[in-house]
Amino acid sequence: MTPRKRRMVLVLGILAGVGLAAALASKAMRDNVMFFFDPSQIAAGEVPTGDRFRLGGMVELGSIERAPGSLEVKFVVTDFKHKIPVTYNKVLPDLFREGQGVVAHGRLQSGVFVADDVLAKHDENYMPPEVERSLKEKHGGQMPAAETATKTTLVEPGAQPQVVSDVLTVSGS
Amino acid sequence: MAVARPAAAAQFVLVSAALGALIYAFVSFDFSVLYVASNSNSALPTFYRVAAVWGAHEGSLVLWQWILALWTLAVALLSGRLPITFAARVLGVLGIVSLGFHLFTLVTSNPFERLLPPAFDGRDLNPVLQDPALALHPPLLYTGYVGFAVAFAFACAAMLEGKMDQTWARWTRPWTTAAWAFLTIGIALGSWWAYYELGWGGYWFWDPVENASFMPWLIGTALIHSLAVTDKRGLFKAWTLLLAILAFSMSLLGTFLVRSGVLVSVHSFAADPSRGMFILAFLVVVIGGALSLYAWRAPLLRSPAGFELTARESFLLFNNVLLVIAATVVFGGTLAPLISDALGLGTLSVGTQYFNPTFLLPIIPLLALVSVGIHSNWKRGRIGDKTRVLVRTFALALALALALIYGAYGPAGKWLTPVGAVLGIWIILSSLVDPIDRLRRKMTLPRSVVGMTIAHIALGVFVLSLTVVESYTIERDAALRPGESLQLGRYAYRFEGIEPLEGPNYDGVRGEVTVFRDGKQVGRLFPEKRNYWVQGQVMTEADIDTRWNKNVFAALGEDLGAGSWSVRAQIRPLIDYVWLAALLMALGGAVAASDRRYRLATRTENEPLDVGPGVEGATS
Repeated sequence: MTPRKRRMVLVLGILAGVGLAAALASKAMRDNVMFFFDPSQIAAGEVPTGDRFRLGGMVELGSIERAPGSLEVKFVVTDFKHKIPVTYNKVLPDLFREGQGVVAHGRLQSGVFVADDVLAKHDENYMPPEVERSLKEKHGGQMPAAETATKTTLVEPGAQPQVVSDVLTVSGS
Repeated sequence: MAVARPAAAAQFVLVSAALGALIYAFVSFDFSVLYVASNSNSALPTFYRVAAVWGAHEGSLVLWQWILALWTLAVALLSGRLPITFAARVLGVLGIVSLGFHLFTLVTSNPFERLLPPAFDGRDLNPVLQDPALALHPPLLYTGYVGFAVAFAFACAAMLEGKMDQTWARWTRPWTTAAWAFLTIGIALGSWWAYYELGWGGYWFWDPVENASFMPWLIGTALIHSLAVTDKRGLFKAWTLLLAILAFSMSLLGTFLVRSGVLVSVHSFAADPSRGMFILAFLVVVIGGALSLYAWRAPLLRSPAGFELTARESFLLFNNVLLVIAATVVFGGTLAPLISDALGLGTLSVGTQYFNPTFLLPIIPLLALVSVGIHSNWKRGRIGDKTRVLVRTFALALALALALIYGAYGPAGKWLTPVGAVLGIWIILSSLVDPIDRLRRKMTLPRSVVGMTIAHIALGVFVLSLTVVESYTIERDAALRPGESLQLGRYAYRFEGIEPLEGPNYDGVRGEVTVFRDGKQVGRLFPEKRNYWVQGQVMTEADIDTRWNKNVFAALGEDLGAGSWSVRAQIRPLIDYVWLAALLMALGGAVAASDRRYRLATRTENEPLDVGPGVEGATS
């Protein structure tokens, strides 16, 4: 083989490899990404059955329920239009509270969202961006007053309230 | 041109003054500085008050600038043997990058912004950041990130000169390797911290921020190998330049991803669109400028020689292509949510289910080729001579891997377990062949060879231990009352109860867990649940019993009522070796970078020689 031919073979081989990798990666992406849905979208039947997805919204006040001494927990996620009951049986993240934003990964099983992963940010004032947007769309940019009141700001007098750094804890996985 | 070096020194002094002033503000509780008031507190211990300087956006930028100034100073001091025009160009490019970051800080992120009237007390450093590993993680990571700016500047200078030779590669290699070594340690520290502090026993999440540091590492690794070819054989010149540009671009992109808050992440920090826009614009200017320069100048670079398909050059080419594919896969997964969102295709997230299989796709062939590549020769592809040693090391690796799997751990039921074990052991064995051979023939081992061997052995250890971790970790969450136990393989965790706990700036509870192995007590663990006063944050402090071959891990969840607590139990075999391997890899890099060959480069080479009084005069 002449050097030119050899180089052609090499280049074609690399191109084929890159192409193959790109094809496989895009297939893996199609199969494995998780889409975000809020309770209203679920109520409207937008979620393909059986898919694993991200559910986001607020943990409804007074909705956390667990049999004393059991790991299994039930709560309700709401976007103030629709609600969806959630079950989870692993350790919850530290900042999981009623009246706070939450994102959960899991599947719908006969109307109940069975979560395999629950995320909450490591900051009192944190609102997951997707949840914030979904709530804003529902309420024309206004957060419902009852919920905002439950979010306590712990800023010292004089300091401007600001989200300094928000760190998400991942529980599970 | 003579201005470059004193200017670099002046810049270092001035940025040091800024960093010093900020540290002083933190140590002396100056709550009239907004940044201090937001990230410190009178109850915060001194060590963390210093670490709090880089605990949030503004301060970490100052740290970034200081490290860039430090690298620039190092280049200025150590470039005495470089031709003065070339050194001036390198320092000039570094100066332009510095200017961008200085402007960024001035315009969007003033760390010294006043808070009047001063706060009575500070809002405290985020408790998850109050940790020794995390105090060191940003400086090391940034040193790596920013270090690629030096390779970038060398590349730009070469393109400006319009010529690039083997000497150039020899100048660039130690800088690139040093930056890469720092980045390696930085990433490993971050992963370690996530494991015991943040992640409930997870050590890598394919999180955007982690990916942001991993992409420059992958490209940097490719660059190191491509530089070796440019140095030894004068080939791959244009490709090396491109990688040098890409590695630093990835560092900048990482900064953009982390600092702009465009991505939802495990630990994404302050979100501010104006900052994002600035970095994006800066990114476009720097990368766009460098790539245009590349498009203009790269065609001038001709490689003089060819090589055969089974020569070492080919293997290093495969190494580069596969590493770049791996980086591309990570890149795609990291940016897909952003692109989908921008195009209105829905809000999606890409997780482990995507990253694991697609990343392994290029990486497994890469690992398989390492051993073959190590035995190949430059230029000539007579791999036939080496068949015997290849077959022997492979057979030995296969035997050892099977012994490990069936003897120590039992079959895991995943095809990746034997593949990973064999490849890891094979890489270790192959790396040892050449140095042992050289020693037996009483040849000297140059440091570059020693360093390379250490790094390759570390790679093998990394692959092997990661395989074992991923195949044999067991984990369980359970609700336990005092006196109750949970069973985890051969281990039993007995929950003894909790007691109150008081710290300098937090209180909480401490659980006690007794661990039994086959019914015999082997240790006690004290996982904590802390409540930090100022931010009102609850923190989980896991307790880990580190044994030579495994970690016994316990984390305390929450009070479930009726006297019962949720407890996470986890047994991770060989996990520490994953991080030790990363340290060893970095050590290999440090040894290789210190090779005398690079320091004597300009003397031994017939290329530009102008070590003269003029240059010495310019440095002073």
